[in-house]
Amino acid sequence: MRQWALILWGVALCLILVAESSAAKGKTLILATTTSTQDTGLLDVLIPIFEKKTGYFVKTIAVGSGQAMTMGQKGEADVLLVHSPGAEKKFMEDGFGVTRRLVMHNDFVLVGTAEDPAKIKGLKSAAGAFKKMASAQALFISRGDNSGTHAKEKDVWKVAGVKYEGEKWYQQTGLGMGQTLNVAAEKKAYTLTDRGTYLAVAKTLKLDILVEGDAVLLNIYHVMEVNPQKWPKVNIAAAKAFADFMVSKETQEIIKTYGVDKYGSPLFFPDAGEKLEDLGK
Amino acid sequence: MDIILEGIKKAFWLLVSFDPEVLGITLLSIKVSGSATLISLVIGITVGASVALTRFPGRRIVVSLINTGMALPPVVVGLFVTISLWRNGPLGFMGILYTPLAMIIAQAVIATPIVTGITLAAVQQLPAKLRLQILALGATRLQMLWILIKEAKLSLLAAVMAGFGGVISEVGASIMVGGNIKGYSRVLTTATVMETGRGNFDVAIALSVILLLLAYLINLALTQIQQRERRR
Repeated sequence: MRQWALILWGVALCLILVAESSAAKGKTLILATTTSTQDTGLLDVLIPIFEKKTGYFVKTIAVGSGQAMTMGQKGEADVLLVHSPGAEKKFMEDGFGVTRRLVMHNDFVLVGTAEDPAKIKGLKSAAGAFKKMASAQALFISRGDNSGTHAKEKDVWKVAGVKYEGEKWYQQTGLGMGQTLNVAAEKKAYTLTDRGTYLAVAKTLKLDILVEGDAVLLNIYHVMEVNPQKWPKVNIAAAKAFADFMVSKETQEIIKTYGVDKYGSPLFFPDAGEKLEDLGK
Repeated sequence: MDIILEGIKKAFWLLVSFDPEVLGITLLSIKVSGSATLISLVIGITVGASVALTRFPGRRIVVSLINTGMALPPVVVGLFVTISLWRNGPLGFMGILYTPLAMIIAQAVIATPIVTGITLAAVQQLPAKLRLQILALGATRLQMLWILIKEAKLSLLAAVMAGFGGVISEVGASIMVGGNIKGYSRVLTTATVMETGRGNFDVAIALSVILLLLAYLINLALTQIQQRERRR
């Protein structure tokens, strides 16, 4: 009968877990965000402060910006922290969001190995570099996951006016930024990355920044509250509290200095209250 | 190779210093996968033994379905469990997506066919005359089932190990239904994926070492029970 005791023990364990998980109910906030905010470690610093301040329990789901916004559209997230401005505008226009506020920015950089087969190092224009990579047929690794980075990359290809889809030198990983950087380093390929993730991962990779500073490469993060009128289960109070927190003076101050001690330079630049047009000046 | 050594050193350090975060992650892994395995045992042994002992039309199709289930891809389970548990989905009223409980459910779905399949094979393998003998000695059907399960103990412990091994090493479903939330639904496998993405290969290797160690210790314990029973 020892077996039955074991089974009972197991059932009891499950009940404890149920109790544990339902205890947080009602006070829970689902934050859908991009891999970059998690992979840089920024959220690991900010979330505990927010939780302590408000008492909400935050469930951070780190996926690509595209998937994060789909979660918002389906009412499966309360608040979004994403970096895909084109898609965000559409999200707001379609009425899925209540507010959309500027939080911070950094920039995208084009990275590759020091050998640089397409000779793009130091180019000022991102589109120009993309054109050169295409004509050199140099291997390019794309996220390919509808993330904000992927969207930006497609924008730049469009400006460059090159056909890239289906080409042999163009490969898609479908993975997060950190893992895509690993793949690019292993294959000695080029890839487009946000600077934050690059800096966080750079220590283990042999990838250099080749092209940076072009205005088109600006990487802008917004926080959006999901519309509770479309999905009544959305915890709008918690969403608003989080969005307010992200643009609060205290948080912006943390963002400003985050990463300085570890990487020598900040990973993000706080922008709350600024105008979009003034960024990067 | 340096990085692997670094990782092993890191694992050792994380273990001896009782790093609270790693400790929590490890305990949650045991809790989630252990509960899932227990649930799969209850369902798997019942279903497996019943199918093994009965004859009905279409039985072969059922058996082949169970055997296919043993190869059920965790991501597929993860996807379907996620969609069902969405708060606007069919089981959304439960509000358990992105909780350890959701992970237990997904892992139980993965482990149950494994336990069922092995139980089925084990019980069916017992000599048919044994059943007649037990019944002839006046046992009820339930008592017979219990004796047969005891007879097949060796294989059933293998089922436990296979089921537990299947879910403790699984990452696809856990990351989808659990969300890899820090200090809440982060287990060894999902933490390893995340640390790899962050480029923290030493921590990723350390977590892998801990996972392997854990799997070894649990299987060692189960093997002890299995082989002791055999000697008797």
